Amino acid sequence: MAEPMTFAQTVRDIVRRHGGLSTRLLQILREVQDHLTWLPSEALEQVAEELGLSPDKVRGVAKFYSFLYTDPRGSYDILFSDNITDRMLGNRELLHYLCERFGIGIGETRADGVVSVGTTSCTGMCDQGPAALVNGYTLTRLDRARLDRIVELVNGRIPLEQWPREFFEVTSNIRRADILLGRHFADGAAVRAVLRRGPEAMLDELVKSGLRGQGGAGYKSAAKWMACRNAPGEVKYVVCNADEGEPGTFKDRVLMQDFADLVFEGMTLCGRVIGARQGFVYLRGEYRYLLKALRETLQRRRETGLLGEAILGDPSFNFDIDIHLGAGAYVCGEESALIESLEGKHGVPRIRPPFPTTHGYLNRPTVVNNVETFAAAAKIAVEGGEWFASRGTAESKGTKLLSLSGDCERPGIYEYPFGVTVQRVLEDCGARDAQGIQMAGPAGHTVSAKQFGRRICFEDLATGGSFMVFDRSRDILDGIRNFTQFFVHESCGFCTPCRVGTSLMRDLVTKVHTGHGTRQDLEEMRKLGRIMQVACHCGLGQTAPNPVLDSLDEFPEAYERRLRSTAYEPAFDLNAALEEARQLTGRRDPGAYLNERDLLLGAMP
Amino acid sequence: MNEQPHFILDGRRVPFEDGQTLMTAALEAGVYIPHLCFNPEFTPHGSCRVCLVKVNGRVQAACTTPAAAGLTVQSEIEELRELRRGILQMLFVEGNHVCPACEKSGACQLQAVAYYVGMLAPHYTHFYPRHPVDASHPEAVIDFNRCILCELCVRASRDVDGKNVFAIQGRGLQARLVVNTPSGQLGATSFSIDDKAAQVCPTGTILIKHRGYETPIGQRLYDRKPISMVGDVAQVPESQGGRRHD
Ligand SMILES: Cc1cc2nc3c(=O)[nH]c(=O)nc-3n(C[C@H](O)[C@H](O)[C@H](O)COP(=O)(O)O)c2cc1C
Ligand code: SF4
Ligand code: SF4
Ligand code: FES
Ligand code: FES
Repeated sequence: MAEPMTFAQTVRDIVRRHGGLSTRLLQILREVQDHLTWLPSEALEQVAEELGLSPDKVRGVAKFYSFLYTDPRGSYDILFSDNITDRMLGNRELLHYLCERFGIGIGETRADGVVSVGTTSCTGMCDQGPAALVNGYTLTRLDRARLDRIVELVNGRIPLEQWPREFFEVTSNIRRADILLGRHFADGAAVRAVLRRGPEAMLDELVKSGLRGQGGAGYKSAAKWMACRNAPGEVKYVVCNADEGEPGTFKDRVLMQDFADLVFEGMTLCGRVIGARQGFVYLRGEYRYLLKALRETLQRRRETGLLGEAILGDPSFNFDIDIHLGAGAYVCGEESALIESLEGKHGVPRIRPPFPTTHGYLNRPTVVNNVETFAAAAKIAVEGGEWFASRGTAESKGTKLLSLSGDCERPGIYEYPFGVTVQRVLEDCGARDAQGIQMAGPAGHTVSAKQFGRRICFEDLATGGSFMVFDRSRDILDGIRNFTQFFVHESCGFCTPCRVGTSLMRDLVTKVHTGHGTRQDLEEMRKLGRIMQVACHCGLGQTAPNPVLDSLDEFPEAYERRLRSTAYEPAFDLNAALEEARQLTGRRDPGAYLNERDLLLGAMP
Repeated sequence: MNEQPHFILDGRRVPFEDGQTLMTAALEAGVYIPHLCFNPEFTPHGSCRVCLVKVNGRVQAACTTPAAAGLTVQSEIEELRELRRGILQMLFVEGNHVCPACEKSGACQLQAVAYYVGMLAPHYTHFYPRHPVDASHPEAVIDFNRCILCELCVRASRDVDGKNVFAIQGRGLQARLVVNTPSGQLGATSFSIDDKAAQVCPTGTILIKHRGYETPIGQRLYDRKPISMVGDVAQVPESQGGRRHD
């Protein structure tokens, strides 16, 4: 750690650079941690003092986000992405190997404080895993050779800037393009179009287009923009949801990497339509590697008159965009939790109503849309609503970006008109032997082969974009167990059924997965799942049981072949508990065993 | 003359005023909807999920749902009792609630609501977490094993007492009630047993010292009548076995 004087100075400088604004708290804590590798109490207290906040508020924020540490961490902090698709690619074996090389356990920091190794939720590199983060920066395509090099680099204390560039290479893997990714887009075209047409005409086009939110819920975008436009208040905001936390999804990453201008343009025209001057991109912490380029793009847009004051010379058109970085919390993708996080707080979803369109960021009317929604809106501004609506189905207009990963030959991004069948997608990506897919991430649908004729659209299989393929060599329950663990890790902890229910569900699935379950446990899962679906405060808890409930119906044999024949099996191992007593008392007589079987097994050498 | 707007709750007309929730309107009309994190003196929180009702067929929390004319609300139906039971069971296995060994047994809202919804056993596997007990304060004890994270003490200390003694920190199952001092000890705060925060805990987490078992078990608040008739422990005066200061 730095000298006390410079330490205090560093914190002060960071706070000052953020204008002493408490809404920047999360950003400030990230930067302080970059300097200190973790957040000691003195640092938190000083941040609190500089911002005029109570220390417990600051500590509460630090304790909420996975990527903020209130305990010492290594100067090199390595986190393996632990989605099921990483596991399919052998990440566990690599994780154990790396820990062994460093002589530490999973989640531990080496005694010299140089390195720590742990796991994290899906980092959105499912098409180029196994993936990890080092100090928040993405590492892709890990293998033993790469890990050997990383061990050398870490032990040699080589700064990240000097590590081989190819370790950090993130490719876009666009395999199929349609109207969004395929057609050329000239910078400024959408902003010019909205200036020319005017906000009302732009809204008309949006209505005609039928565009629905691409974040998964499918709310009509025109209705949302209109509600915000009509909401009372002078100050309004535009927020782009680039949290992309749903495991298996990475299409927003590709849009932000290759099509950032399109997204920014969609936000800018939204600003014009609803009358907002400020926009925010909430970029998930895992995409930190994109931050520098995105800031440069924003700067270039300001310099070319597409952003900032008097856009395209119109003094009444002022709009700017700021980027906030998340810090490892899937729940912050939920729009009201995202807004809390943007305000610098911990990300617990708000009570709704009121909705963000009237009470959003700083309680002002706010439009929150997904990255892909803004990109599509920009295209609609240029090409018109009817053009967009000519693709897709009756209720789902336009196209959808799918993120393909898992057991297929060509993982990556596929853009299809809505209504495409699962079968068609599987053929295109080279999934030859699929037994099932997980659609829309763990919160979505587990789909077995007999349903591959279903169509991807809001009328049938709705999705935010995640599409993970499981072939016949896989055990579906491996995936389901992984998903239940994901929800345990990501529950915000606010409401009872989610905070407790996610753990109960994980434990039930684990019990069956490890061969200790009975038929009664399956019934228990269904009952618990039904409670969670209706009782939880936000969408996270409400959808958390979906993979279990779906797979119980779609893949019953995955559960049943593991069941014990008894109707009931206790959650703890009675024989193991007795064994402790036997050892203490030195008894090995039949009376010290529950039954004959245990006695026979116990007597074995 | 315009009649006052109302909604229907289990077949009964419940009138309400602008700004009321289903919960506050029901309470005023003398209809009990079980709850734990709700207290009429504080802004609704919506975290315990015990107050679930069916509003036009959809399950929602009564304490956070604005009352509106024409709503049909169901509360005392088996489907909801089962849901509420499940949630109570979750609260019981999440903490360490050894009722027979708890000073608040019989005057505990958690226990009383559990009885009300017909919960006889915790059903789920116990988590058996390890929580400390904080006895550093001369007049009060905090047994963190019994905290259900309702945030009532947090809200009371911050919004009424102006002391900000408590906070909830941590995510998911790691969420904990903490005391806002560097040592984390209640004794190092300005907390007093006259604080509002000392009067709102629905469980036996915050206990007043030197007052153990003043009322024998069997004659306590909820031993005599069910919670639907007695109301919240925080609303009943101390002299009648509640927590509210006279
Ligand atoms: C737990 C949870 C996580 C979410 N994560 C995201 C996300 O990462 N990206 C996103 O666009 N929407 C996410 N959403 C949906 C948002 O709440 C919101 O509906 C969406 O951003 C609205 O944008 P759209 O209408 O353009 O889809 C999430 C919702 C929940 C409940
Ligand atoms: S707090 Fe209430 S429910 Fe918990 S142990 Fe004490 S009396 Fe029982
Ligand atoms: S101590 Fe009591 S009042 Fe405070 S959060 Fe816990 S249960 Fe609620
Ligand atoms: S903890 Fe977030 S839905 Fe309950
Ligand atoms: S009383 Fe309504 S959620 Fe707790």
